Amino acid sequence: MEPLQIVWFGAIAALWIGYLLLEGFDLGVGMLMLVGVRGDAEQREQDRRVMLNTIGPVWDGNEVWLITAGAAIFAAFPLWYASLFSTLYVALTLVLLGLIMRAVAIEYRGKRNTDRWRTMWTWALGLGSFVSAFGIGAALALTTTGLPINEYGDREGGPLSWFSLGAVLGGLGVVGFSIVHAQAFLALKSDGPVRERANRFARSWGLLLLLPIVGWVLQVQFLSGSVWSWALVVVAVLALVGSIVAAFRRREGWTFVGMCGFLVAGAAAIFTAAFPVVIPSTLDPAFDLTIMNASSSSYTLGVMTIVASFGLPLVLAYQAWSYWVFRRRVGPESIPAAHTVTPAVHQDA
Amino acid sequence: MDPLDIARWQFGITTVYHFLMVPLTIGLGAMTVYFQARWVRSGDDRWLRMTKFWGKLYLINFILGVATGLVQEFQFGMAWSEYSRFVGDVFGAPLAMEGLLAFFIESTFLGVWIFGWGRLPKKVHLTSLVLAVTASWVSAYFIIVANSWMQHPVGVELVDGRPVLTDIWAVLGNNTAIAAYTHALAGSLAVAGGFLIGISWYHLWRRRRDGIDTVGADGQVIVGESSQVPSRDRTDHSVWISSLRIGAVVAIFGFAAVSITGDIQGKLMYEQQPMKMAAAEAACHTGTDFSVLSLGDPGTRDCSSIVTVIEVPGVLSFLAKGDFTTEVPGITELEPQYQEMYGTTIPDDPRYGAHAGTEVQYVPLMWVTYWGFRLMIGLGAISAFAAAVALWLTRKGTVPSSIWIMRLAILGIVAPFAANSAGWIFTELGRQPFVVAPNPDPSGVDGVFMYTAAAVSPGVTAGELLFSTISLTLVYGVLAIVEIALLVKYTRGGVAAAMPELAAHHDESDDHDDGDGPTDGDGADGEKPRKAASDDVLAFAY
Repeated sequence: MEPLQIVWFGAIAALWIGYLLLEGFDLGVGMLMLVGVRGDAEQREQDRRVMLNTIGPVWDGNEVWLITAGAAIFAAFPLWYASLFSTLYVALTLVLLGLIMRAVAIEYRGKRNTDRWRTMWTWALGLGSFVSAFGIGAALALTTTGLPINEYGDREGGPLSWFSLGAVLGGLGVVGFSIVHAQAFLALKSDGPVRERANRFARSWGLLLLLPIVGWVLQVQFLSGSVWSWALVVVAVLALVGSIVAAFRRREGWTFVGMCGFLVAGAAAIFTAAFPVVIPSTLDPAFDLTIMNASSSSYTLGVMTIVASFGLPLVLAYQAWSYWVFRRRVGPESIPAAHTVTPAVHQDA
Repeated sequence: MDPLDIARWQFGITTVYHFLMVPLTIGLGAMTVYFQARWVRSGDDRWLRMTKFWGKLYLINFILGVATGLVQEFQFGMAWSEYSRFVGDVFGAPLAMEGLLAFFIESTFLGVWIFGWGRLPKKVHLTSLVLAVTASWVSAYFIIVANSWMQHPVGVELVDGRPVLTDIWAVLGNNTAIAAYTHALAGSLAVAGGFLIGISWYHLWRRRRDGIDTVGADGQVIVGESSQVPSRDRTDHSVWISSLRIGAVVAIFGFAAVSITGDIQGKLMYEQQPMKMAAAEAACHTGTDFSVLSLGDPGTRDCSSIVTVIEVPGVLSFLAKGDFTTEVPGITELEPQYQEMYGTTIPDDPRYGAHAGTEVQYVPLMWVTYWGFRLMIGLGAISAFAAAVALWLTRKGTVPSSIWIMRLAILGIVAPFAANSAGWIFTELGRQPFVVAPNPDPSGVDGVFMYTAAAVSPGVTAGELLFSTISLTLVYGVLAIVEIALLVKYTRGGVAAAMPELAAHHDESDDHDDGDGPTDGDGADGEKPRKAASDDVLAFAY
């Protein structure tokens, strides 16, 4: 085991944690567009626009964490990338379709002023977010609990042979977490009815939706946990308790910070427990992909280390700045009236 | 069905589709930066309107490029896992650099730009667009570096049959990459130029048809104003005439740069992939003549049916080497050389599935390379010529009133896009049967190559590949219609479509006819005129 292999395992874990932390809430907001609004049609539309505008400036930047996590696996552990992506072919196709639909929906939803148009994109956004969150959760969970790969790293047993309880747990885990995280985010970033509802939600349904992700964390701990990973589980639980306490006291900032702490520590516990295996084989432990047998050469890892040690701090700095620029809450009063595009021609009678 | 064929079709469809959005993003982004910079310097309302209008179309296009780009990154691992394992040591690095050093900047600062109107100081706001657009140029560089390594593998040595990276600077400075990158950028500018010409032409024509602008006895435009339509004032005229003429200059400059960089690429191709050069020419025998027109059986891979109809002596030598006498090797000479150097069959290894032990066909599909090459050059030249004509026709401040010339100008938007696609199809299919092409010339690393047939994922079934290919193609088809419909809608809306404040200053009562039939526009909820709130930062967005 070379130091750089460990460094890159850590870097990839950090990229995935960054992804779940940031896109977690915008995936959740996407799903809540379908189920999280109340009132008459006009009220619902206004709430949806408030919700959409809380993630508007940042969702695209959040998604790049996924792109970079994927590319970093390719660069640092090409055998991990090849096995994971080809094995989960069907799941990742659905994820791609989901991500395409939601990206386009966010951008195009406001581009025509009709109810039918908006309804169509609301569904694309909600379903796309759900499918992507579920598929990415399932894929991540399976890299920690095992895939049916042979000695070449290729899948045995047909297109759905990866499907298992672990996949469902991971899928529901990320979906549930995203919704709770999104409510904490909306409570912090919005005003008016959306904020009120988000605050109520955090005090009622939150815990139930977090059960699957807790189940995934515990599954990995019982499979391959260590003292360190259990210690991180304890930190995650403490952060969650802190988040709940803050929610009851209506400290919205601290509720959100608590959720972030819960995710960071919980995901770190998963990666720590899995280390140094990157994909366990369910066929034979001898086929396991590890950071030793799946990595690029030390030269490539060295080049990537230099790039990342410049790039990542910079990314953190300007993304933090962009959150600061848009730190103000979005309320109904900041939503301008919908605007109908008319052709710029003489309107002949 | 053969999984290899489906995987190749999928890669072709998703890549060509993605590359319809990318050149417009790259070119139009740069134009929007220019417009906004002029506005920040001068404060002239015309430049603000241009920024907002072209910026809106830029965003409508941008998002589809983002959404389809993700597929590109995923499918290397999904459908081409053997490829990913073979080249992982070198190919993943530029992709990861693209993410870390380009995509993050691009998406973060574009978000800042979209929502930063009126919230950030003007110069900071402009800088955010500059950063986003620069990052999209940088991302193009990294992805072309990755692609060029497949055309011309450098910076590696073979260890246990796999290329291992030894020199990242050689990969980043690959001469093939530099030439292809500048070529693609120039092509993107040509795309943006044609886009500006066509749309501006339509609006100038519309102003004439509606009687707003008229032409005096000397042929000079007499600019008018309409009280009926929002934003149809005098500034509006200068928006379109400036856009059109700037677009034409950019298109001509773009084409000039395309020609120069294309010539450099031709000379590299002669050294690095002589078979691609020969196939582009349908050149069967060694010679110096450039074929303007060759006919033959379209599906052919051999030379027996090729009849050269028109030839220009010496031009092929010029393309390849810069003189008129160099003998450029033809297919019948090259094929035995390739067979000797790289073998006649795919290795007889069970990992290659049904393709193990089959004969290798070294001649690419000639009709694709031959016509791809000619389409690229022909359409590029036509659009540059059209741009020059547009400059001439608009020298007196407006466009001719002919509806047919207007339609041609709109149609002209398509040509540079098609030229770009043809170029990529030519260069990618010309590389076959290799996914990583071996380079016989000394600058390539000996023995580094991979057959496309050996690159697909061994564990993935034809059914899975078919499922994803069909579903992606259907979704892409629907989204193409949606994008074009939105571009048309916002184009027809003119500047007021991107600047609701212009329409709001206008009489609010005639806000009814959406031009899209009875289901659209009127009767929608929340359409009560509401004054934009003081904290209104969102008007440009959702």
